[in-house]
Amino acid sequence: MSATTHSGGRGAAEQRVLAVVRPVVIALLLLAALFPFYYMVLLSFRPLQGVLQDPGALWVSPGEIDLGTYGDVLAPVSDGGQGFLSFIRNSMLVAVGTVLIALLVSIPGAYAVSRLEFFGRRRISALFLGVYFFPSILLAVPLFVFFTRIGLRGSLVGLLVVYVAQVVAVSIYMLRNYFDTIPVSLEDAAVIDGCSRLQVMRHVSLPLAAPAIVSNALFIFMIAWNEFLFALLFLVERRENWTVSLGLSQLAGSIEVPTTVLMAGSVILTLPIIVLFFLSERWLTGGLTAGAEKG
Amino acid sequence: MTEGQAGAPVVERPAGRPPQGSGDGRRSGGRRRPSRAQRDARTGLALISPTVVLVVVMVVLPILWTVSLAFQRVRLLNLRSTGIFGDYSLDNFRSVLTSNGFVDGLVTTLAYSVGGTALAIGIGLTAALALRTPFRGRGLVRAALLLPYVAPVVAAAFVWTTMLNPQYGIVNELGTGLLGWDEPVAFFSSRSDELLGIPVPTALLSVIAFEAWRSFPFAFLFLTARLEAVPDTYEEAARLDGATPTQRFRHIVLPQLAPTIAVLAVLRFIWTFNNFDDIYLLTGGGAGTRVVSVRVFDYLTARGDIGAAAAQALVLAVILAVIVLVYLRVFSRAEEQA
Repeated sequence: MSATTHSGGRGAAEQRVLAVVRPVVIALLLLAALFPFYYMVLLSFRPLQGVLQDPGALWVSPGEIDLGTYGDVLAPVSDGGQGFLSFIRNSMLVAVGTVLIALLVSIPGAYAVSRLEFFGRRRISALFLGVYFFPSILLAVPLFVFFTRIGLRGSLVGLLVVYVAQVVAVSIYMLRNYFDTIPVSLEDAAVIDGCSRLQVMRHVSLPLAAPAIVSNALFIFMIAWNEFLFALLFLVERRENWTVSLGLSQLAGSIEVPTTVLMAGSVILTLPIIVLFFLSERWLTGGLTAGAEKG
Repeated sequence: MTEGQAGAPVVERPAGRPPQGSGDGRRSGGRRRPSRAQRDARTGLALISPTVVLVVVMVVLPILWTVSLAFQRVRLLNLRSTGIFGDYSLDNFRSVLTSNGFVDGLVTTLAYSVGGTALAIGIGLTAALALRTPFRGRGLVRAALLLPYVAPVVAAAFVWTTMLNPQYGIVNELGTGLLGWDEPVAFFSSRSDELLGIPVPTALLSVIAFEAWRSFPFAFLFLTARLEAVPDTYEEAARLDGATPTQRFRHIVLPQLAPTIAVLAVLRFIWTFNNFDDIYLLTGGGAGTRVVSVRVFDYLTARGDIGAAAAQALVLAVILAVIVLVYLRVFSRAEEQA
């Protein structure tokens, strides 16, 4: 009995400590997670001179706000800017193209893996899972050589094909999980009404899977928009084809471009992702655990 | 799409139609009209074939080609004259394995992967536990904690290098101004500094911290999903029996999280081990952070030595596979004994 009261006392003491520690931990985590993004926006608004004179400032006074950095970073090189507008166009082309082609390939594939019994179905699932875990640095060597040889290195099309191949396995895995949750009976009803498989797929399964397809599309877009290694390997010699990620990383190394201007570039690179993330957070968190990253 | 099962190894589910059914269908359908099962099989193959072709051409064949390249003397300059049937030899492996810095690179890679994985899971677990009980705005806090994971790595790395810059970075400014540091710390370019008289690998620790920052949300997400599936009846019973919060965590919650943590450890370790972007962007592989993937990249681009790059990448993959297999074996044995 005395032991119980003793540990009960300890329990109460721990309870009190936890009540204090918990909010502190949450606050620290939030600070760690968000501060870099705040700092990014902050520096993009400050003039370079101000940053160098007072690097510790945690806010920008209204009189000091300088939006010229965004103009500088977006303007084409011929106008003395950094040409991010064309980087955005390239990133958009590659990311949207990757989404469209990957979905075009993976929706039928996922449907087949989920619904249809065919020769080698299980082995194909295993193959896709293996692909997903494959280190991209190992793939980098042969793809670099291959695209150099066929002369597609430096083109956005080559990069797009590589991206599609990288995401299609994960995309099929995510979509298949969703197709598996749709009751087969719904499709059987359509079959009894005389629909063919493809008609069933188009008119019954696809509309039902729409939420999963949308979240999958956003997920692929984010992978393609954020990707760095292959963009670096393929496009580095062709400035007119740089993506936003590649452009930022290349310019970050040079001393001529002010840090504040590049911070504006970082905001431009990050903002679409954060907007998409908050729009789709509910859908996407499930997808992130399923798909995770292609690292 | 339930969070709990997501990400776990694929479990084969039965198809919509069991394969045994096909026999009857064929007999009754006769020769001229294929049965539904046969038609399904044909449709299935047709639907999956674009993906298979793509994956085989863009992933499987290139990997096989890497193996072939690793045994040949291929340079970027003589690339066009090299065929599939070149002179095969072990020279690349010999020069890679005996080259300066290979062992160092491997040790660095291991330290980076173990440190990054452990920290990411530790912080993720802390975050998941701290956010376990509901409060107003919890959903928003959760979403905010995921941002480091979804943000583009290039932007994140650039902000970090700026924040930790010894000249105008805010961390050094606050450190020297408020915390009384003697001099600014060159977080990403100093190989080692003295901390309380002990030498510490500054740059390596900094890239590990970055890796933990970027990937703790992943662990947090997984562990949160798992925590939500833990029934509170046991904890409630333990609480009534007088178990303190730490006792309840150690004896009830942690054992239930252990399998998830084990899976996370494997996944994070694999990805960190192969990670190229973060270190390349933060330090360029300097100051004692030259991991093997950065070496592969240098062989490939700076030296144009494709054979050596392929050999290096293969060695990396083999070592990783061995580590993961050993881990899985040890872990499954521990699981059996428990």
